[in-house]
Amino acid sequence: MTAPALRLAGDPPASPRARRALHLRWGLVALLLLAAVLSISTGAAGLSLPRVLGDWLSGAGLATRDRVILFDIRLPRLAMGMMVGAALAVSGALMQGLFRNPLADPGVVGVAAGASLGAVSAIVLGGLLPVALTRVLGPQFLVPLAAFLFAWGATMLLYRLARAGGQTSVATLLLAGIALTALAVALTGILINMANDQQLRDLTFWNMGSLAGASWMKLALALPFVAPALVFAPRLAGGLNALALGEAAAAHMGHDVERLKRWSVLAVAAAAGAAVSVAGAIGFIGIVVPHLLRLASGPDHRALLPNAALLGAALLVGADVIARQVVAPAELPIGIVTAILGAPVFLWILMRRRGFGGI
Amino acid sequence: MLAVTDLTVHLGGRRILDALSMQAQAGAVTVILGPNGSGKTTLLRAATGDLRYAGSVRLGGVEIAGAPLWRLAAVRGVLEQATPVAFAFTVAEVVRFGLGAGLSAGRAEVARLALEEVGLADLAERPFHELSGGQQQRVHLARVRAQVWEPVSPEGPRWLFLDEPVASLDIAHQLAVMEVMRGFARAGGGVVAVMHDLNLSAMVADRIVLLAEGRVVAAGPPEAVIRDAPLSRAYGCPLRANRAPAAGPWILPQGAAAS
Repeated sequence: MTAPALRLAGDPPASPRARRALHLRWGLVALLLLAAVLSISTGAAGLSLPRVLGDWLSGAGLATRDRVILFDIRLPRLAMGMMVGAALAVSGALMQGLFRNPLADPGVVGVAAGASLGAVSAIVLGGLLPVALTRVLGPQFLVPLAAFLFAWGATMLLYRLARAGGQTSVATLLLAGIALTALAVALTGILINMANDQQLRDLTFWNMGSLAGASWMKLALALPFVAPALVFAPRLAGGLNALALGEAAAAHMGHDVERLKRWSVLAVAAAAGAAVSVAGAIGFIGIVVPHLLRLASGPDHRALLPNAALLGAALLVGADVIARQVVAPAELPIGIVTAILGAPVFLWILMRRRGFGGI
Repeated sequence: MLAVTDLTVHLGGRRILDALSMQAQAGAVTVILGPNGSGKTTLLRAATGDLRYAGSVRLGGVEIAGAPLWRLAAVRGVLEQATPVAFAFTVAEVVRFGLGAGLSAGRAEVARLALEEVGLADLAERPFHELSGGQQQRVHLARVRAQVWEPVSPEGPRWLFLDEPVASLDIAHQLAVMEVMRGFARAGGGVVAVMHDLNLSAMVADRIVLLAEGRVVAAGPPEAVIRDAPLSRAYGCPLRANRAPAAGPWILPQGAAAS
């Protein structure tokens, strides 16, 4: 390492890994653009991007049918894929930083199941709420709101359960996650049993766990939760870095650990809850994306969080393209694709960590 | 000055410290000695703001309980007995955490100098978790040093609180770390260290506070504390202090010697 003796404030960071993370960001932007182009040009209808662009440039304009396919089906699907992918990846990275463990992920440890329970509760029990309340919030807005609140509760509970003496143990974390998931799934089952026909239709549609039901409306409902969480997350990065040394050390270095935990849990719940409420439980994005990025450019959360949003968006959009291609003109639920890609990575991390000194 | 007055701490329903009073001056190395369970680490943790306590702990005139964390962090660094690091951060990254958020001109250089001070500049870009336990502890010492790099700030002296800083080190690195402690104190900073080794303590300390069962048994310069009676009483075993010419006192345990 032959770093120059003195650097000016605002210079690029000195460490080679920090520089690599910055370069990586441009690659990820390019990857996301590529995934976006693929996503817009694939689908059951034979509408390809060159044709759209050709029509546009020649001044012919788009046919009504093409316009509907592009603006009402493919673009909202792309936008929602990007939002959900970014939300899942960032909430995974945040949660791993908070739990000091690369295996923590909203899907694995029960937060997504909690969010699902919230969403189902809103669909089935929403009618029991005072009419005034549902009118103010709107019945559709109730679903992401309930998903967020339940995800929040699940994350808080999990943190209490898994932490002992300022440390979190991976065994307790995963086992508590199994128990929480089982409980949430059971309660969700009870609610589904109570549902009437109309509600069952809503549930089935929601439960598909895919981007097939994407609409601008759903995007508008979830974005108020996801956007603040994504924008706010990088401000937690310095604190999460310090937290990697434990709660006591982080406090000794001047970080308000309690506040850091509160805001991290809120951001995880907002991003993961809203993502689940519009796309169902899509697993492993939150584990695979931060893990790949840590391998590529290190665990510094200042670089990790923005890069996770980009790679998460690109990966989910890409997985959605695969889900639509494999059995075209039908499509696979996207959760199957992410699980096939992600579960082996999860196992790989688990095996490697056995030699990593515990936590 | 660190001024501890009538400090009482309960942990898990047990009284660990009992109306303990002691002082440590800036510009000096103060070593806290005592047998296992005598309350050394608890005293250090109360002084660094980790524990609720009754009584008073003042650092530079500021009561520790209720002081903002960022304000404490600007005045003192804390080395724990062990600080595991989650994720594969490099050595340099771990040291830079000590610098806080504002990584400005001279500060980036501080991280490098701090690593040099503990003799680990060569390992700066290595993953922290690949280092040996002793090396990891020295990296953390560099991080803590980087946090309070100048021993005296315009507001007053800065402090190092160290919990067994030399416990996992070989003799050469024990001496090197003790030299870091002495250098910080010589430059006007305050050092408070919990230690186990009586002989090393006698070498490095300007002042020793000897604890037993949550109380101060003896306090003063090594010549006054490293003596047969207070040590034997505190540790509950026969110990004899000896004098070496042109050096401090040293201890030879009296039992269990192979003959």
